[in-house]
Amino acid sequence: MLLPQDRGFSHAIASEITPQHVFQTRRALLASLAVSGAFGACRAFAQTTAARPLPATRSTVPGALTMEKPTPLADVTGYNNYYEFGTDKSDPARHAQALKTRPWTVSIEGEVKKPATFGIDDLLKLAPMEERIYRLRCVEGWSMVIPWVGYSLSELIKRVEPTGNAKFVQFVTLADRAQMTGLSSSVLDWPYVEGLRIDEAMQPLTLLAFGLYGQVLPNQNGAPLRLVVPWKYGFKSGKSLVKIRFVEQQPATSWSRAAPEEYGFYSNVNPSVDHPRWSQATERRLGDGDLFAKKRPTLMFNGYEAQVGSLYAGMDLKKWF
Amino acid sequence: MRKLLLHPLAKPLLFAAALLPCATLLLAVLQHTLGPNPAETLIRSLGDWTLRFLCLTLAITPLRQWTNVAALARFRRMLGLFTAFYALLHFSSYAVFDMGLVWDDIVRDVAKRPFILVGTTALLLMLPLAATSFNRAVRWLGPARWQRLHRLVYAIALLAILHFFWMRAGKRNFGEVAVYGAVVAVLLGWRLYKATRGTRYFMKLGSQSAKG
Repeated sequence: MLLPQDRGFSHAIASEITPQHVFQTRRALLASLAVSGAFGACRAFAQTTAARPLPATRSTVPGALTMEKPTPLADVTGYNNYYEFGTDKSDPARHAQALKTRPWTVSIEGEVKKPATFGIDDLLKLAPMEERIYRLRCVEGWSMVIPWVGYSLSELIKRVEPTGNAKFVQFVTLADRAQMTGLSSSVLDWPYVEGLRIDEAMQPLTLLAFGLYGQVLPNQNGAPLRLVVPWKYGFKSGKSLVKIRFVEQQPATSWSRAAPEEYGFYSNVNPSVDHPRWSQATERRLGDGDLFAKKRPTLMFNGYEAQVGSLYAGMDLKKWF
Repeated sequence: MRKLLLHPLAKPLLFAAALLPCATLLLAVLQHTLGPNPAETLIRSLGDWTLRFLCLTLAITPLRQWTNVAALARFRRMLGLFTAFYALLHFSSYAVFDMGLVWDDIVRDVAKRPFILVGTTALLLMLPLAATSFNRAVRWLGPARWQRLHRLVYAIALLAILHFFWMRAGKRNFGEVAVYGAVVAVLLGWRLYKATRGTRYFMKLGSQSAKG
């Protein structure tokens, strides 16, 4: 295993720094331990560890901070497509607790000058953590607004120095039968793989996410690290990444392999290109709350046209769907 | 068993039980406990219940033949009507909560999505059956014609399974489709088996239950 040398002083791991509010309430925590006995102590401990904070500063990347109201945390963590843990939206929250996110490594392979295997702790301190509030549009017709924590994938890409042959990036996600209950089904070929063109991967909005809502990523959202490509349908953003491969040819991607006429390689959010079996013109924003909320119009490139439209200049987006 | 099925309270009890899913969903709507995507949950639950009642309705005749408990036939009409009831609620909640009751959009959506077209066709085919479910309709039509009309339910069942299959095909999620598909295959397969064996038994039973 080739680990990059740590330059400079040894950092504290961001996730291990005691957050200020916990530090300031340490006496209260001790008091609660004393008065409520063992049972209470366990609960207090569980509450302080279940949601591990992941501090971040607000991103300055153009387009990275939508002003829209974030979807409630309960919906973001309770309504997930993560087929490795089951096909029902509530399955991942139920079954993903079995996932062990440490130790964890991500290997970088293929057309790069510096192939490497990074441990999760190296990745956590590779670049400063930023908070980014993105719209997420699922190909199924619903959407959320999620405050992610992470940094641009380009930070990682720059360090491994892609060669001139690196035209595409493939993302390989974890497929471990021992931990993932959904792998016994043949819904898709495992492991789940996704891909981007290298310029898409270098676009600063393309996020390597380690957290959401200021906390370390919950397992059902793709812990310990995942991709977030906000202008593409959600399935393009692979979860629980284990391998990033730089390649010359357009790589295979799971959904386009399963149903090539329905899911293309690009899968940019586009209200004027319908899925063969349903319209993509509108979407249901989750967390709007009530049953009677009207659907909203879907925006070109999910509202990120100003930032990413130029990547597709001159392309027929009906053909390259 | 026979006594229980013939008890005067049997029908009211089944009626109340058949309303329970609807009542539970209504309560969930009022209490906002339908989850992050309430419209989807409501529409899909009503679709699931339509399929379940359809299977129950189709199960009556084979069950009666397998068990020789003729009293089962008392419940067939009510179960059939509840199938139509849940199918109507399923479509209405789609029209209202998914399409905002914009008829232009609904017509375009039905045409665009084969699975909705198939489901809508199944619902439309149910309407004449529901409309001729009362005793006098059997007399008006004559038992033979009434029975021929009501064999539409086989087409409805196949369309309903196709509707469910295509809905799930988008994400290749076929587990439950296989279960409902197998149930319908057994229930229709049994009828086909009886019919092709050339017995008049099937016809005879059909006209008997039509009178009951």
